[in-house]
Amino acid sequence: MTITLNHFSAATVFALFASIVFGITHRENTRDMVRYGLYCFAMFLGGVFVAGWVMWLLRR
Amino acid sequence: MANSTTEKTKAGAAEPVSTMSVLAPAVGWLIPGAGHMLQRRWIRGSLLFISITTLFLLGLAMQGRIYKANSGDILDMLGFVGNIGAGALYIVTAAMDWGQGAIAYATADYGTKFMIVAGLLNFIAVADAYHIAIGKKQ
Repeated sequence: MTITLNHFSAATVFALFASIVFGITHRENTRDMVRYGLYCFAMFLGGVFVAGWVMWLLRR
Repeated sequence: MANSTTEKTKAGAAEPVSTMSVLAPAVGWLIPGAGHMLQRRWIRGSLLFISITTLFLLGLAMQGRIYKANSGDILDMLGFVGNIGAGALYIVTAAMDWGQGAIAYATADYGTKFMIVAGLLNFIAVADAYHIAIGKKQ
């Protein structure tokens, strides 16, 4: 079986699973885990958009 | 300053090595999340298992490749260190000779990175299981 993800889908999947693990392992209680997981996910995706715009500017 | 350092050293030395503090990281390395499940953290263990296993299997399905220990290239060896963190997932993949295809397109390279990161995330999960076992974390 072969799965082909586009760049954005791959980055989103990566961000989702990495954020879950970061949330669980880096915080003590459930509430903080969820908040930190969401924060990491937002930062990952935000980073993707920032990097995308930087590359767009560099290409011009 | 010196006193606090001495106290920390004594506290560290006084920590007993329990069976769980050895077993949880070992089982957690072999099966992602199992170290947490062994300590009755069912939801955390399940989420870790799903996240790490899915990331690794997605990497494999995206035609990513796994690294071998004795390739001779330093970057390949670093890749191997990341891969080996996935425990049984890596062992089975290597034994079945999966993940050996030539990288033909960009997302296949993402697959390779997915598998390395899955292993590295499992190392973090193993450290977390150890901290729970020694009582440093709830």
